[in-house]
Amino acid sequence: MKIPSSIWTLLIGISLTLVSLWYGQNHSLLPVAASDSATLVDGLFNTMMTISTGIFLIVEGGLIYCAFRYRRRQGDNSDGPAIEGNVPLEILWTAIPAIIVIGLSVYSFDVYTALGSINPHADHGGESHQSMRMSGSAMAATLSDKPQQVASVMEMQSEEVEKEPDMVVDITGMQYAWIFSYPESGVSSGELHLPIGKETKISMTATDVIHAFWVPEFRFKQDAIPGRQSEFRITPKSEGDYALICAELCGPYHGAMRTNVVVESQESFDNWIQEQLLASKDDLNQAIAINPVDKSADDFLAPYTKEMGIHSELLNQIHPH
Amino acid sequence: MTETQVEKTADIPVQGNEHGERKWTDFFTFCTDHKVIGIQYLVTSFIFYCIGGVLADLVRTELRTPDVDFVTPEVYNSLFTLHATIMIFLWIVPAGGGFANYLIPLMIGAKDMAFPRLNAVAFWMIPPAGLLLIASLAVGDAPDAGWTSYPPLSLMTGQVGQGIWIMSLLVLGTSSILGAINFLVTILKMRVPSMGIYQMPLFCWAMMATSLLALLSTPVLAAGLILLSFDLVAGTAFFNPTGGGDPVVYQHMFWFYSHPAVYIMILPFFGGISEVIPIHSRKPVFGYKAIAFSSLAISFLGLIVWAHHMFTSGVPSWLRMFFMITTMIIAVPTGIKIFGWLATMWGGKIRLNSAMLFAIGFVGTFVIGGISGVMLAAVPFDIHVHDTYFVVAHLHYVLFGGSVLGIFSCIYHWFPKMTGRMINEFWGKVHFILTIVGLNMTFLPMHKLGLMGMNRRIAQYDPQFTSLNQICTYGSYILAISTFPFIFNAIWSWVKGPKAGDNPWNALTLEWMTTSPPAIENFEGTPVLQTGPYDYGVHYGSDEVTVVNTEQPVAVNT
Repeated sequence: MKIPSSIWTLLIGISLTLVSLWYGQNHSLLPVAASDSATLVDGLFNTMMTISTGIFLIVEGGLIYCAFRYRRRQGDNSDGPAIEGNVPLEILWTAIPAIIVIGLSVYSFDVYTALGSINPHADHGGESHQSMRMSGSAMAATLSDKPQQVASVMEMQSEEVEKEPDMVVDITGMQYAWIFSYPESGVSSGELHLPIGKETKISMTATDVIHAFWVPEFRFKQDAIPGRQSEFRITPKSEGDYALICAELCGPYHGAMRTNVVVESQESFDNWIQEQLLASKDDLNQAIAINPVDKSADDFLAPYTKEMGIHSELLNQIHPH
Repeated sequence: MTETQVEKTADIPVQGNEHGERKWTDFFTFCTDHKVIGIQYLVTSFIFYCIGGVLADLVRTELRTPDVDFVTPEVYNSLFTLHATIMIFLWIVPAGGGFANYLIPLMIGAKDMAFPRLNAVAFWMIPPAGLLLIASLAVGDAPDAGWTSYPPLSLMTGQVGQGIWIMSLLVLGTSSILGAINFLVTILKMRVPSMGIYQMPLFCWAMMATSLLALLSTPVLAAGLILLSFDLVAGTAFFNPTGGGDPVVYQHMFWFYSHPAVYIMILPFFGGISEVIPIHSRKPVFGYKAIAFSSLAISFLGLIVWAHHMFTSGVPSWLRMFFMITTMIIAVPTGIKIFGWLATMWGGKIRLNSAMLFAIGFVGTFVIGGISGVMLAAVPFDIHVHDTYFVVAHLHYVLFGGSVLGIFSCIYHWFPKMTGRMINEFWGKVHFILTIVGLNMTFLPMHKLGLMGMNRRIAQYDPQFTSLNQICTYGSYILAISTFPFIFNAIWSWVKGPKAGDNPWNALTLEWMTTSPPAIENFEGTPVLQTGPYDYGVHYGSDEVTVVNTEQPVAVNT
């Protein structure tokens, strides 16, 4: 008994939908999502993967089907049917993609405004968004009588511009390294350390050419442009060690321009700040004198042993006192 | 079902008379014949394709291993810069121009283009500009800031090469503008009287859309490059922040052209495919007006999407959202074409020859690039994958899977017309299979590479990406190998292939209604249309049509 083609079409449509839905959620094409923003972006990507899989299967399947089913048979030199169009069908395949892209635009808009902000409040009015301030040279200042240009960057937490960030970091990109400075503690480092759960405001620029700050696990990227400050805020949510990669061609060694973002507990972060301050002191004797003698031997040695991977509990077990 | 009545009544009167044949030496001269110019464009651009391909394989050889162990990082940057510049400005754009030059007058029944001398000038600008660019590698100071050449980097590094690059592009851009003027005027003004705008082949619609884009956008690139050259040599600071300039303004000017450029690179082949598929499916094209107008829609929308290349460049949020929406919209006219082509094939009598195989490959591969393009339009996602191998994957799927497969399809399809001989089908199929395998092997893994964290324009990468990169490299070697069957086939068939006759495909458009190759003046007298360009399967009362072989309108077809 021959199965009617409408049933075949229905079955193919159902299996196609199921495969697309499954693959959209199980593609394993992305690295771990290490922030809430990253999770939002991944949700958008998964939806797009589902739709894409469906379209891919329909078009490729259609092509392969045609190539076999409608190929010219031996000895048949006649033409095919003189079908020139079908207006309802054409309307359908114009409307469906239009609806899909409108839907994706709305979804993307939602994700964009939510990035970095868990609770989008009502607009507080006033100055919105992060600004990019042109810090041109003195010569430029005399040439231009316009007020400094303000262009907004990432609208991460545009509604919370009034709120003070928990921490501030200044980033400078140069060929071929990043310098992170923590103005509150005076520390400068080649690694970015962030305390978990705290909102950090980052102010970034470059000294020579355009670089870009990219942390794949955060799904976040922003160009560092010489002559401009760009500001954005990050609230990391998972501890770990993530790659920070330069993502704008900056010269022959662009591929080597990478460092780490370390997301850690507040305590661990504070320890790191202390270590950095220690390490930056010129006079080591003076540095040692900072830690008063009334510290126990374990406390005194803790920063050094930690670096060696030895914990005080272990020392206690070996040498209880 | 009747076959088209073409052979019975069509009369092709040009038989070895004073209209003459071309001497082969004419192809090396300043010749104003659009057919000669078209072939000059095609052969020249193909040579540059091979050079660009060698550069690509050098890049991929470096990327076989995570360390920089094949070339120096400086040379590496020049390799990918020149690879992209050559492929865009010296291969795909001129190849489209080559087909347009060859086909437009034939398809509309004209003797030549509107401005034949300008046409020749436009072609002859290309070899010197191309040689200049290649010479920059030979003299050891090649451009190395990427084909996008963003300042301040492009002002700091490889400055002689950068100057050469700018000059070369200014010349090539001018050539493109001159060609566009010719195509537009010819299409609008020189069709035979019986060919209204809706009886024109879809290739001409596509070239109309392409030419409008080229005319409107290329001058902006010229302006941007001229300002960049002033910064480079005259100490100005248009884009240099240390003098108060703004590097992002360059990006706007650059992309205002370079986004339309990608549509300039694909629209001609959308048009070509719209010719190939109906003929080899023996069915009318499905939705002629929809496909015609979608070309114009893509052309218009292509002018208002440029900043989707700049989503992370510090542009304001409102700008990101605007360009996201316009970029998403452009998927709709593109989808109309894809579904239209699919519906043309559906129910037809498909000949799976090389031209049709490449056309099917075009549709199947381009759609993958189109899908990744819609993903890239979504700003939050683009923020993650901008400047990564995901973009490299997307662009190669649309440019190689789209434009290059389209070029090959058009070559196989019109080879009989251009040379008077049939190209060998077996080797054409070998070429097709090697190309499809090589293309997917090279570019499919790049999607994952980008998503997982591999940025682009790097000579050294994170070792976790090694195995995927090796697959890409070996795929690129297969692509290199795939070119050889084509080259040998084309040359051998051109010299010794079986004679093609006037209309080996039993097609209905006017270029098939004259000899292969066409006489110098294309047609004898003025052709008169008797059918629409895609009227396959249509019954015509064959008694009505008479054949005339005098000065009266000839080349009738039913």
